[in-house]
Amino acid sequence: MPPLSTSAAAALPDGLADVARSEASLRRFLHGLPGVDQVGADARAAELGTRSVKTTAKAYAIDLAISMIDLTTLEGMDTHGKVKALCAKGVRPDPTDPTVPRVAAICVYSDLVGVAKQALRGSGVRVAAVATAFPAGRASRAVKLADTHDAVAAGADEVDMVIDRGAFLSGQYAAVFDEIVAVRAACGDGPRRAHLKVILETGELQTYDNVRRASWLAMLAGADFIKTSTGKIAPAATPPVTLVMLEAVRDFREATGRQVGVKPAGGIRTAKDAIKNLVMVGEVAGDDWLDPAWFRIGASSVLNDLLMQRTKLATGRYSGPDYFTLD
Amino acid sequence: MAGRQTLAGKHFEYAPAPESRSVVTIRSSYGLFIDGGFVEGGAGSGSFKTINPATEEVLTEVVEAGPADVDRAVAAARRAYTRTWSKMSGRERGKYLFRIARLVQERSRELAVAETLDNGKPIKESRDVDIPLVAAHFFHCAGWADKLAYTGVGADPQPLGVCAQVIPWNFPLLMLAWKIAPALAAGNTVVLKPAETTPLTALLFAEICQQADLPPGVVNIVTGAGATGQALVEHPGVDKVAFTGSTEVGKAIARAVAGTGKKVTLELGGKAANIVFDDAPLDQAIEGVVRGVFFNQGHVCCAGTRLLVQESVADELVRALKRRLKTLRLGDPMDKNTDIGAINSAVQLGRIRAMVDIGDAEGAERWSPKCDLPNRGFWYPPTVFTGVTQAHRIAREEIFGPVLSVLTFRTPKEALEKANNTPYGLSAGVWTEKGSRILWMSQHLRAGVVWANTFNQFDPASPFGGYKESGYGREGGRHGLEAYLHG
Amino acid sequence: MAESRIDVRKTHKLYVGGKFPRSESGRSYAVSDTRGRFLANAALASRKDARDAVVAARAAFAGWSGATAYNRGQVLYRVAEVMEGRREQFVGDVATAEGLTRRAASSFVDAAIDRWVWYAGWTDKLATVVGGANAVAGPYFNFSVPEPTGVVAVVAPQHSSLLGLVSVVAPVIATGSTAVVVSSRTMPLPAVTLAEVLATSDVPGGVVNLLTGDPAETAPWLASHMDVNAIDLAGAGLLGLELEVAAADNLKRVRRPEPADHDWTADPGLSRLTSFLEIKTVWHPLGL
Repeated sequence: MPPLSTSAAAALPDGLADVARSEASLRRFLHGLPGVDQVGADARAAELGTRSVKTTAKAYAIDLAISMIDLTTLEGMDTHGKVKALCAKGVRPDPTDPTVPRVAAICVYSDLVGVAKQALRGSGVRVAAVATAFPAGRASRAVKLADTHDAVAAGADEVDMVIDRGAFLSGQYAAVFDEIVAVRAACGDGPRRAHLKVILETGELQTYDNVRRASWLAMLAGADFIKTSTGKIAPAATPPVTLVMLEAVRDFREATGRQVGVKPAGGIRTAKDAIKNLVMVGEVAGDDWLDPAWFRIGASSVLNDLLMQRTKLATGRYSGPDYFTLD
Repeated sequence: MAGRQTLAGKHFEYAPAPESRSVVTIRSSYGLFIDGGFVEGGAGSGSFKTINPATEEVLTEVVEAGPADVDRAVAAARRAYTRTWSKMSGRERGKYLFRIARLVQERSRELAVAETLDNGKPIKESRDVDIPLVAAHFFHCAGWADKLAYTGVGADPQPLGVCAQVIPWNFPLLMLAWKIAPALAAGNTVVLKPAETTPLTALLFAEICQQADLPPGVVNIVTGAGATGQALVEHPGVDKVAFTGSTEVGKAIARAVAGTGKKVTLELGGKAANIVFDDAPLDQAIEGVVRGVFFNQGHVCCAGTRLLVQESVADELVRALKRRLKTLRLGDPMDKNTDIGAINSAVQLGRIRAMVDIGDAEGAERWSPKCDLPNRGFWYPPTVFTGVTQAHRIAREEIFGPVLSVLTFRTPKEALEKANNTPYGLSAGVWTEKGSRILWMSQHLRAGVVWANTFNQFDPASPFGGYKESGYGREGGRHGLEAYLHG
Repeated sequence: MAESRIDVRKTHKLYVGGKFPRSESGRSYAVSDTRGRFLANAALASRKDARDAVVAARAAFAGWSGATAYNRGQVLYRVAEVMEGRREQFVGDVATAEGLTRRAASSFVDAAIDRWVWYAGWTDKLATVVGGANAVAGPYFNFSVPEPTGVVAVVAPQHSSLLGLVSVVAPVIATGSTAVVVSSRTMPLPAVTLAEVLATSDVPGGVVNLLTGDPAETAPWLASHMDVNAIDLAGAGLLGLELEVAAADNLKRVRRPEPADHDWTADPGLSRLTSFLEIKTVWHPLGL
């Protein structure tokens, strides 16, 4: 087997630089990671889910969560109009309340990046494009790279790629690694390089051991973010999956000094879900990740629930869906 | 602990989230619960106050039962046994226990709050662990009442009679459930003495017995300290003694009942090894270590107080453990986010301090996360000793507080030898991803409960109890019923 | 006229660690039949013999408890086989010791042999009957298994020299514990014969250690011994109280004395097996 390309991957410390040298070394490394006991991970996530976030802490958490949202539309029926409306919502989530922070990014298919980019100009909201034959990723390398180039050329600030789950599950770790490296290279270079989020599609990986291995594989290959899901496969971002990924980025930074972000996507529908995620971020990865630069929530409907909860905190009464925009 | 956070100049520190204490009404004083009613103490009785260990506030005043009170309680239990309870069909007895289980569920919030106030344990533990397990225990045992012929004791098992039950302060209502539920299911009647620092939920339980219309005298609660317990255990009218507490008292009880014909079960101390191999699921092992020794402030007889870690992962594990301990939240037990509550009493705090002083003097390296302790009440920070060997007293003696000793090993056999090298044998933990090693270790560990890749799990269907000086007899499951029957 | 043969008389010794030592004290005592006629001298075990027997029993524990239940069953059955071969000797021993007719003695010997067979059959069934899976309310596989408690001291029945003895020894070793047995003081000779059977029946040395002599002298040392895990006071009689108190020093599992007129022919049930068991419960998560 030829040496794997590592040029585009971020520099790794000596101990890890050799890991990607061959399929065998990758396998040895990934299978040498500590296992994840499913029941224990589930229990830990559930325990963190019992944290009670009230009053001032809740107000802070709601705004932080809003600022971390990758507001997403990924439908076959997406149109320019739909994307523009979503962008407006992302910039000003509650038209009646300017104190609501903007979201982190708008997430769309690569052909709609230009529309979003224009709609968001000057807003500070970034544009993320799903690419690489999202969501299945079943296309040739050339098609995936072309998809990525399209998105980057249209101005995408961030690229959300999917890994080849088939290759991963059949143990072809080098193929997955190489593809991530290649997509990262297609994201450009220099300060304007599009940030690469690597979607593991954890619902297809099935086991937490696989989630941990795929997380490390993606990080070794140069991912800026690791992301749970496409949102097209259930289960998506379950709390224990996010927990395992937060442990992975924590451990990766400890091993390499490089911080990688985490993005749970899909399945986060309520403010409570979002706040539970923030609790996990703070208690597992640490406060350094409590920042839109390092944690994102891929979602759409959660935003209105966060807004409703925000209004409840501010006014002391429960609100209703008619008072929030549906875009 | 308090003081972490800061993000972009802001804070994500959890705001106080106190559980409301208005759900529980605590009377200014309580009598003894004898023969179905609350009664004053008789001749030779006294009284004492029970306090909230987190604030030192007096919660209520209870009777210190004297010998005459114990007499009355045993007589009431005997009457109830001969006239009512032993004559009732198992099916009907079971229905009373089901009622009690339901009442515990209905009053669970109130019981959790009362338990936390009286004991100092975090509300999340009393709410999510203690009280649900209490209800589950009554539910489980209720179903046994009409199935005693299937306990394996014989074709027509018979109850023993009047049971004297003395319980500790670490899980007050749960220990009551472990004692009373199987006793009643088997057709016995009981006189139970709760610990002197935690009588409150037992007295609330007495109210539940009244609500359930349990026949008078089937359950009697006498409050008091050691002398009351001794009078109860030694009472000639008692057929069975069940005790959970220290090994020292357990031995005294074993001597006291010698030659009497009383059946005895003892659930005593421990010094459990929690063994982590280099192929363990490390993040879950860390959680298991934390749950193993810091759950309930370490006031747990089966606590995993000796962490035995394979040398090749020792540094990594200890580093990760310390990182994890920094996120533990110590403080107001009534706050829903508190992980570590108050030490149950000044006396216990003194014992913990004395043992930690010994650890220091023995040259072990002590570490605690930065942690502000409240000014009032009894508190001790989570504490880890590294560089501990089997020769250290802190690795041999039960501390019963949030203090972990870390020892290392090189091979499975060395781990096993060290784990078994103790007069205790209550529990043990094993962490490894290798199935055959789990089973081999489980087989060779001389302990009554082995948690493999988990720790401190409890269930009414699962027998619990120790080898060697950790006591004898089992509580829970079919084996737990055997302790209250004869063939 | 033929010279009359001088019979070879047997020296009755202790049985410790698979060997037949004399008492370290060098003492022996006269054993008589029920009419007071001298039968033989038996070794009078001392405190130190008791100590040595505990060491032997502890040393044997790992191997015996680690043997498969099937293997233990075979060994116990072998004991029955070898006893059967020496049946006449046992009948004579028991008849003499207990003052019985040969017919009555035979029935006790037969019952004793059958008791070994009963317990031999139990070794690989007990775990199924007293252990099992527990349905806990969570994602865990939870099972309980019986394990031998360790070294068990046994004060054998004083009035049932063979059947009583077998009835208390067999259940202890059937489950994998090892035993230090103090035989009947007044009728030790069937016990010595039994020791010879054990020594030739594949029972590993130290699994059963048999002390003849006075329970009042040796049993207190066993009761207070910190490396003994349990004590069966079956034949302790009035000595039982003192022994039970001493046993509390390390929380030995105690089985209290049987009445002197206990019927050892009755169906033994499970209770002597389960008296010296520990129930171990193991939890493991169920996950992918």
